[in-house]
Amino acid sequence: MLDDFFSRAMVAGIGLALTVGPLGCFIVWRRMAYFGDTMAHSALLGVAISFLFSIDITIGVFVVASLVSLALLMLQKRGALSTDALLGILSHSTLALGLVMVAFMTWIRVDLMGFLFGDILAVSRMDIATIYAGGVVILGLVAWLWRPLLASTVNEELAEAEGLSPERSRLVFMLLMALVIAIAMKIVGILLITALLIIPAATARRFAATPEQMAVLASFIGAVAVTGGLFGSLHYDTPSGPSIVVAALALFIISLLPAGLLYRRQTAEGHRR
Amino acid sequence: MLKRTDSLAPDTLVALSGAGVRRSGRWLVRGIDLEVRRGEIVTLIGPNGSGKSTTAKTAIGVIKADEGSVRRQPDLKVGYVPQKLTIDWTLPLTVERLMSLTGPLPKAEITEALVAVGIAHLAGAEVQHLSGGEFQRALLARALARKPDLLVLDEPVQGVDFSGEVALYQLIRDIRDRTGCGILLISHDLHVVMADTDTVLCLNGHVCCRGTPESVVADPEYLRLFGARAAETLAIYRHRHDHTHLADGRVMHADGTITDHCHPEDGHHHDDHHHGEGHDHGAGHAR
Repeated sequence: MLDDFFSRAMVAGIGLALTVGPLGCFIVWRRMAYFGDTMAHSALLGVAISFLFSIDITIGVFVVASLVSLALLMLQKRGALSTDALLGILSHSTLALGLVMVAFMTWIRVDLMGFLFGDILAVSRMDIATIYAGGVVILGLVAWLWRPLLASTVNEELAEAEGLSPERSRLVFMLLMALVIAIAMKIVGILLITALLIIPAATARRFAATPEQMAVLASFIGAVAVTGGLFGSLHYDTPSGPSIVVAALALFIISLLPAGLLYRRQTAEGHRR
Repeated sequence: MLKRTDSLAPDTLVALSGAGVRRSGRWLVRGIDLEVRRGEIVTLIGPNGSGKSTTAKTAIGVIKADEGSVRRQPDLKVGYVPQKLTIDWTLPLTVERLMSLTGPLPKAEITEALVAVGIAHLAGAEVQHLSGGEFQRALLARALARKPDLLVLDEPVQGVDFSGEVALYQLIRDIRDRTGCGILLISHDLHVVMADTDTVLCLNGHVCCRGTPESVVADPEYLRLFGARAAETLAIYRHRHDHTHLADGRVMHADGTITDHCHPEDGHHHDDHHHGEGHDHGAGHAR
């Protein structure tokens, strides 16, 4: 089945969507959308550095994205600039640095569009193995740290007082984000990763009654978006990464329709009764 | 400095000795001596910005003390109701799910805690839809259900109406009587809380006075801090400075004595004592 490029794309995309669902929920709950964007943009610097030192791109992106998130933590502690200003600086300067570095390396032909918008139709069996191995690690860690992550999302002081070390949760969460970005870059590209994280999670919110439900639903909705987007891109001959995001957007808009609200109201009333 | 030593007496849950917390050159609290023993209710009172929450957070290790020592029983199980807690609308959380936020709980114990605070009928409701009073009860139930050794309640009855307030304080005392846990309570509802309290600490950046509710109410420091009517009616925050910085840098104390520096136990410490023209203490003050 994996002989066909379209099937490979489908398997890879669905694997990725299932992985990012729970992380996307934390991004939404913690109001870290811009932070996710910044880490994603720094991936291009990771790509450039990987070329420079001839290392594996996934590893290079993971290392650079982790370093950028650690740099942000340190700059936040100094408190000289607001967080969103710091994010703006890091986000665009890492993207620009990456582009400039790639331009200097004239001996390499780089498909920039492939990195910025992804090229899911070009995934190899090796990529699929990376996505599923990474996915198992990410989902395993999220499940293992679920309680401290969720408790410190609600209130860090509460988590600290009751012995759940929120500091450690935050660090692990950032490393997981870096890992997801390194894996997802090839599928949806640097500029659209955040969309795949946030839109399915935001869609799931309308139908979920508990955090756990929302995490599972986000994964499921992401998988539906990947399927729809890929068939759409095949049918209309549109770029695959953006098509997936457009499909996710369509699902989000559908969730805003009165039927979705009605469902929620019914369940809320059901609970109150 | 944070010390955990086992030299703590077995029924002492937490002990602060000379503890102080400093933020950007200003002491939020200083020279705090505080002990909470099993079965004891210790209440912190004081004006806004007097360091009540800071003291409580230092006691449970959320804030590290910059001087002095903080000792806790090893593996102390804490139940905490923070003063401010907002849950983002994007997080779907029912009351029932909130209960097991920091640790798993059997369903029967969840129900029991919700019944105790009187919101069992709201178990399935989303926390964002609760009223202020209902949400406070839910937070209290969550802290109780953990069956903690030490219950730390930072203004647990905010948003609860008066009769509900009395009932909740009654409940807090019942919990102490039943489980024998220690309770560190922050309150400004002096009148309601006092009868149930073993020890009251009156804070104003330092410990102004301490003792049984009866002795604290009669204490001149307490009367100076809260006004004489506080002893008979609800709290009235009429705060006066206990020391004045003179133009030449010396310090005049409430009793009229003059020294070169503040006493360490004085309220409102700034590292730079160059405000000779008078006091400007900023937001920390009730006016």
